[in-house]
Amino acid sequence: MRFRWLIPAVYIFFLMLPIYWLLNMSFKTTNEILGGFTLWPNNFTLENYITIFTDPTWYNGYINSIIYVVMNTVISVSVALPAAYAFSRYRFLGDKHLFFWLLTNRMAPPAVFALPFFQLYSAVGLFDTHIAVALAHCLFNIPLAVWILEGFMSGVPKELDETAYVDGYSFWRFFFKIFIPTITAGIGVACFFCFMFSWVELLLAKTLTSVAAKPIAATMTRTASTSGYELGLLAAAGALTILPGAVVIWFVRNYIAKGFALGRV
Amino acid sequence: MSRKTHNQRAWIFVLPVVVLVAFNAVIPLMTVVNFSVQETFGDNMFFWEGVTWFQQTLASERFHASLLRQLLFTFIILAIEIPLGVAIALAMPRRGPWVSVCLVLMALPLLIPWNVVGAIWNIFALPEIGFLGNLLNGMGFDYNYTQQPLAAWFTVVLMDVWHWTSLVVLLAYAGLIAIPDAYYQAAKIDGARFWAVFRYIELPKMKRVLTIAVLLRFMDSFMIYTEPFVLTGGGPGNATTFLSIDLVKIALGQFDLGPAAAMSLIYFLIILLLSWIFYTLMMRNEEQ
Repeated sequence: MRFRWLIPAVYIFFLMLPIYWLLNMSFKTTNEILGGFTLWPNNFTLENYITIFTDPTWYNGYINSIIYVVMNTVISVSVALPAAYAFSRYRFLGDKHLFFWLLTNRMAPPAVFALPFFQLYSAVGLFDTHIAVALAHCLFNIPLAVWILEGFMSGVPKELDETAYVDGYSFWRFFFKIFIPTITAGIGVACFFCFMFSWVELLLAKTLTSVAAKPIAATMTRTASTSGYELGLLAAAGALTILPGAVVIWFVRNYIAKGFALGRV
Repeated sequence: MSRKTHNQRAWIFVLPVVVLVAFNAVIPLMTVVNFSVQETFGDNMFFWEGVTWFQQTLASERFHASLLRQLLFTFIILAIEIPLGVAIALAMPRRGPWVSVCLVLMALPLLIPWNVVGAIWNIFALPEIGFLGNLLNGMGFDYNYTQQPLAAWFTVVLMDVWHWTSLVVLLAYAGLIAIPDAYYQAAKIDGARFWAVFRYIELPKMKRVLTIAVLLRFMDSFMIYTEPFVLTGGGPGNATTFLSIDLVKIALGQFDLGPAAAMSLIYFLIILLLSWIFYTLMMRNEEQ
């Protein structure tokens, strides 16, 4: 098995190829892209990136996306924490059914909910706000966060809770001072997955916004249809959407593999 | 550790989650149910239709065709991604500096917005100026995914393999690193071959994470919308119109709310039913 490393190496090469192509396109002028096939940019240009960083309709897209993703991550994880604690420590009326019901929401196709969501959030006056998208993404992120955190919390022995009570800790003091610090890894993993699924989702984000909270992904699709064939600009915008994810992965690289493994089905 | 105490006040802890998810799940679901049994001509005028839309959807050839395409697509990508993901996870280094590099690079496609994934593959596979299209045509294949159904399927499947195999790799890898070294040493002493180690040590230990992998890949591939929509728009013709794409076409394109709502409910029930079957089958295996 001396050449075992070839398998992951070839796989990673296959993963990087389309991403290289995207970067390659993003440094070309539109003329060069349409002019023919070149493996690297002959007329290297930063024009596409400059357009994005100077045009508010472009860079606001990134800001909007990041705002609702962060909001969603904070809401999902903070409400999931006590719930996951309850599922991992207590038995209560309907606990199993509730857990399964939560998970079924992870199975709901966003396409089914797009129109009802539009009506619901218009009715409560939240249409085209960041909080609307953040709340809508809770549909699939809260179940996921509860699932992951419950797995991590079940790995913490119950003796920890009991010792703290014997030592005279109140429940909330124990929860914040002792329990949360022991499961920081789990919280990190839950935040990572919430960030990820909120960042990559487009259908609901696009349905719930028009101008003020328009996500970057929607800016891209609209540009693609209105201004014809500006492939270079689209490629640059696409390349920039990879960045936040890459930064987040780097921070949690030691925990991602564990994230799902410790959660239970 | 698994000893749980009965405590009905735990409901207070769960309440915020229930309220938020119910707001997002129950109200829209009731809207869908509402639409599915009525006919509307705008102006908030509704007429009771009963189960007409359900009968119509279940009998419609268009729905059958989309469902068939959806099942075929999900089957193909599961058959490719699960074995491939396990194989790559087995070949990955278990310790050392390369582990982080592998994990970070492999996780990268998972964090790209789905429409960007579609856009990346769109320009990557363009027949003349895309790398893949140029390569295939240069090798003598007649390849144009915007016109040939088979080429469109090939591209959509390849895109999904590119996008999601890493999730299977990460899960399988997480299962593998949880196996204590003592197991491997014992196998070595017994003179076990590679295949025996895989069949009797690694595979049983990975069963739980693989269950999660199959379930997640099944659910997500069954709901796929954005990537093929950006890449092919469901075409050429209807060749890559999967269930979600068809649903959005009916609901927002034609604004046939009643049939779309009935189709939504049938679609959701199919996912629930199939997930439940997967779940019970795999759990039963685990108990044996």
